[in-house]
Amino acid sequence: MTTTTGMPVLQVSDLRVTYYTDAGRTRAVDGVNLTLYAGERLGLVGESGCGKSTMALALMRMIKPPGRIETGSVLVGPAGDQVDTLKLTEQQMLQARLSRIAYIPQGAMNSLNPVMKIQSQMIDAMRAHNVKGDHDELVRRAEVALESVELRRTVMRMYPHELSGGMKQRVCIAISILLSPKVIIADEPTSALDVVVQRQVMETICRVQEKLGAAVILIGHDMGLMAQITNRVAVMYAGKLVELSTVREMFTNPLHPYAQALISSLPNLENKGVFQSIPGLAPSLLRLPNGCTFHPRCKYAMDVCKTLAPPQSVTPSGRYVFCHLYDREGNRVQQPAVAGNGNAPHQKVPVAEN
Amino acid sequence: MKLSYLFRRLVFLVIVIWTAATLLFFIPRLSPVNPIRERFLAIARSTGYLPTDLNTIIASFETKFGLDKPLPQQYVDYMRSVLRGDLGVSLMSYPKTVNQLIGEALPWTLGLLTVTTIITFLVGTAIGALASWPKSPQWVKGMVTPLIVLAAIPPQVLGLLLIYFVAFKLNILPMTGAFDPGDLPNLSITFILDVARHAILPSLTLVLAYIGFWALGMRGMGVTVQGEDYVLFAEHKGLPQNRVFYAYYVRNAILPQVTSLALAFGGIISAGVLVESVFGFPGIGSTLTAAIAANDYFVIYGIGFITILAVGVSMLVVDLIYPLLDPRIRYDRK
Amino acid sequence: MELAVPSKPQRLGPSHRTLVLRYLRRNKSLAVGLAILMFLILFSVVGSMVVDTGTLAYPLAVAPLQPPGAQYLLGTDKDGRDLLAVMIRGIILTGSIGLMAGTVGITVGVVLGFMAGFFGGLFDTITRWVTEVLLTIPSLILLIIIAGTIVDKNQVTIFTMAGVTSLLAWVGPTRVVRAQVLTMKESTYVSVAKLSGMGSMEIIFKELMPNLLPFLVASFVGQLMGAIYASFGLEILGLGPAREPTLGMTIYWAVFNSAMFNQWWWWILWPIVAMVLIFTSLSLINLGLDEVANPRVRRTE
Repeated sequence: MTTTTGMPVLQVSDLRVTYYTDAGRTRAVDGVNLTLYAGERLGLVGESGCGKSTMALALMRMIKPPGRIETGSVLVGPAGDQVDTLKLTEQQMLQARLSRIAYIPQGAMNSLNPVMKIQSQMIDAMRAHNVKGDHDELVRRAEVALESVELRRTVMRMYPHELSGGMKQRVCIAISILLSPKVIIADEPTSALDVVVQRQVMETICRVQEKLGAAVILIGHDMGLMAQITNRVAVMYAGKLVELSTVREMFTNPLHPYAQALISSLPNLENKGVFQSIPGLAPSLLRLPNGCTFHPRCKYAMDVCKTLAPPQSVTPSGRYVFCHLYDREGNRVQQPAVAGNGNAPHQKVPVAEN
Repeated sequence: MKLSYLFRRLVFLVIVIWTAATLLFFIPRLSPVNPIRERFLAIARSTGYLPTDLNTIIASFETKFGLDKPLPQQYVDYMRSVLRGDLGVSLMSYPKTVNQLIGEALPWTLGLLTVTTIITFLVGTAIGALASWPKSPQWVKGMVTPLIVLAAIPPQVLGLLLIYFVAFKLNILPMTGAFDPGDLPNLSITFILDVARHAILPSLTLVLAYIGFWALGMRGMGVTVQGEDYVLFAEHKGLPQNRVFYAYYVRNAILPQVTSLALAFGGIISAGVLVESVFGFPGIGSTLTAAIAANDYFVIYGIGFITILAVGVSMLVVDLIYPLLDPRIRYDRK
Repeated sequence: MELAVPSKPQRLGPSHRTLVLRYLRRNKSLAVGLAILMFLILFSVVGSMVVDTGTLAYPLAVAPLQPPGAQYLLGTDKDGRDLLAVMIRGIILTGSIGLMAGTVGITVGVVLGFMAGFFGGLFDTITRWVTEVLLTIPSLILLIIIAGTIVDKNQVTIFTMAGVTSLLAWVGPTRVVRAQVLTMKESTYVSVAKLSGMGSMEIIFKELMPNLLPFLVASFVGQLMGAIYASFGLEILGLGPAREPTLGMTIYWAVFNSAMFNQWWWWILWPIVAMVLIFTSLSLINLGLDEVANPRVRRTE
C-alpha cells in the first residue's frame, strides 16, 4: 500500500479536457486517473503548458469555451458523502465550490476585488453558500478564518491595496477554508511572493489543511518545495500523468525517464554548479507526437515508443508509471541503452557559482 | 492625500479655463478681419445704406470696447471682465449682452444634453457589459457592432435621416424647434408635453450617436476585466453569476468608463451644438450658428468660453465622484 | 542550454492561407469594412474616368432639379449640378480632406509623441499639459470659432479645410504615441538595445518604430474618421468650401434650399448615403483592426 493514510476524498478517473481552437483540437488533459486521501498533500509538477492548471480548473469545473471536459468523473468527498462534480447541475456546482472543493489562486496579487473590503468579499462567499446566521455571526466567522491564517481582525475593514502580497494570499487562503472543504487545490500559491513570505504562506497552508483534515493538491514546478511539503508527487507531461509516486521514491528512484530528467535537473550538493537540462523542447499540445508523447526527447526511446502509447504499470508499492521500459508490475524490462534517435544525451552546462 | 488630489483637479480646471480665455482673446487678434467693420458692412449690404463716416463709427466702437489700447492692457482688461463674468454685448441683437443671449439658450442645451448623456451612458454601458459577458445570449453580443457603426456616423446625418423619415415621411413628430411656434414658454402640462414631443428626435439622435461609443468602451473593458484574477477567484468561490457580474465584473469595468465620461464631455457638447443646429433647437448651438451667420464675434467667443467652462466643470464633478467609486485613488493619486 | 529541436513533427494543422481566410471570415467587421471601402474607391475612380466631373459637378452644367431617371441617374440639384458627378467628386474631395488632415495629424503626433516620450524632461511636461488641456476643450467648437472668425468664408478651399481640421488633429496621436513610447522604453528589448550600445536614433528607428506601426495604422483610420467628421461639422454650418461639391457642402446646400420640404429628396439623400457608407466602412475597419490588435475581444462575438 501507499504511505498515505485516511480515506479517499477525491477520485478522478479518465478525465479528459479538449480545447477547440482555430488551429485544431488540443488535448490539454488526457485521461488522468488520480486518488487523493484525507490529510495528504500531493504535488503536481511539470513544465509550463503541460496541463497542470487546466487540470486544476477541470477539477473545479471551471473550464471555459473553447475548452470542454470530454469525459471522466471527479468524485469529491469522503465515503458516504461523495458526489461526482461533473454530473452536478450548474447550481449544485456553485454550492460545491468552496464547500467541497476550494481553490487557492495563483495570482495572489490580483485575486481580490480591488473595490470591495475584505470583509464583504468573505461574507459574499458565505452568503452564496447559504451559511446561516446574521451579519454579526458571519463577521465573527470571517474573523476566525482570518486569525487561523495569522491575520489581524482589522484586515476585515481594509481594501486589498492596503495589504502586502503575503497578506493578500493569506486572505485568499482564509476565504478558501471558510466552509471547511475536504479538497483544496493550490495553484502555485506562492509564485508571486518573495522567498521568506513564500515559506510562511506554505506553512500556513499546511497548518490549516491539517486542522481541516483536508487533502491538498499543490501545483508548481519548484521541486525543492515539493520535496519538503508533499507526501506524493505526480509528474505531468503533455496532458498525461506519466508517473505518480511517494515523494521519497520520486526523489531517490524516479521511474519515468521524464521524471528522472526532472529530478536530475535539480541542483544538489554533489553536482553543485553543474546544470542539467532536459534535451529538446516541450511539445506543442497542438502537434503531439505519435506513440509516447515524450519519445522525441527520451534517451531510452525504442521503436515501440514511436507508435504505441505506453500502458499503465502499477508497482506493488502503489506507484504508477506510463512507460514502455516497465512491465505491468513496474519491473524494468529493457536495458537502458542510449537510443539512436539522434538526440544528444544529457548535456552538462556549467553555470556560475554564487 | 485626498486633498492633494482635489487640489490637482482644481488647478487643472483653472488652467483649462485660463487657456480657453487666452485662446479666445488671441484668435480674433490673429484674424485679418475687423469684427466691427464686418458687422457694419453686413448691415450696409442688407440695407443698401453705407454710412459715410463709417470709419469714425468703427473707431468710436473700438474705443468703447477698449480695442484701441495696447495689447497687454487689452489682455488684462479682458481677463478682468471674464473674471467678473462679463462676456460683452451682442452685435446682432444689440443691446442684449452675450450673457443674456447665453442665459436664454443654455437651459435648453443643458436639459437636452444632461438627459441624453445620462440615458446614453447608462444604457450603452449596460449593453457593453452584457455583450462582453460570456454567458449572454447571442443577440445581445451581436448588438454592439451595429451600434458602433451608428455612433461613427456624424450626428447631423443621423438627425437629417430622422427628420426625413420620422418627421417628414411619417409625420408623427415635429421637425424643428423646441415647442410649437406661437406658444409662450410656461409651466402648463400641455406646454411641457409639447416640449417633450419636440425633444424626442434631437434626443434620439444624440442617443443613437453615443450609445455605441459607451457600449464599445464597456465591452473592451469587460473583456479585460473578465480575465482578471479577482473575477476568476469570485467564480472559484462559487458565487452565483449575478453576483459575479455586478459586484466583481461591472463594478470594476465601469471605472475607466467614468474616466472616459469626463473626457467625452467636449465631444458631447460639440455633437449637441451640431444636432441643435439641424433641428433648430433653441439652445446655444443654434445661437452659435446664428452668430456665425451674422458675424457676431462676441457671441461666438462667449459661447466658446461657456462651453469650455461647462466641460471643465463637468470633468471636475466626475473627478470628484471618481474616488467614491475607486478606493485606490484615495491613497495613490494617479 | 541546448535547444535541440526534436525530429520535425509532421504538420497536422491547416495551412497559413486557410487560417487567414478563416480569420477574415470570422472577423466580419474587417471584411465588410474593406469591401465597402473598395466599393467607394472603385465608384469614385471608375466614375471620374467615365463622367466629366470637372464640369458636371459644378453649377449650371445641366438642367436643374431633375429627379433621378434615365438621363440623370441620380438627378440634378437646383443649381444645375449633376448629382452623379457630384457624388463621384464629393467622395474624392471629402476623402482627400480626411487624408490630408489625417496625415498631418499622425505625422505631427508621431514626432511630438516620440520626442516627449523618448527624451522626457521639460518638453514632455509641456506636451503632456498642452494635450491634456486641448483634450478638455471641445475641439469641434474651437475649430468652428477659428473657421467662423479667422477664415474668410468666401475664400475657403479644400486645402483650407484640411488645414483647419489639422490644427487639432495631432492631439490624439501625440498622446497615444507618447504613452506607447513610454511603455516600450521600459521594455526589455529597448534596455538590451541600449546596453548593446545603440544610439537613440537607431533605437527609435530599429526598435520602436516597427513595434509602433500597428498602432499607427489603427490610429490613422481613427484620424481619417475624425478629420472627415470635423470638416463635415464645419461644412454643415456653412463654413466649408462654398465652390467645391464636397459631400458636406452638398448636404449644406440641400438643407439651405429646404430640399426635403420641396420634395427634392434625391438632392439630400445621396450625399447622406455616401456619408453613411464612408463612416460605416471606416468604423468597421477600425473595429476589425482592434480585434486583430486585441484578440481577446473577438471571443465575445
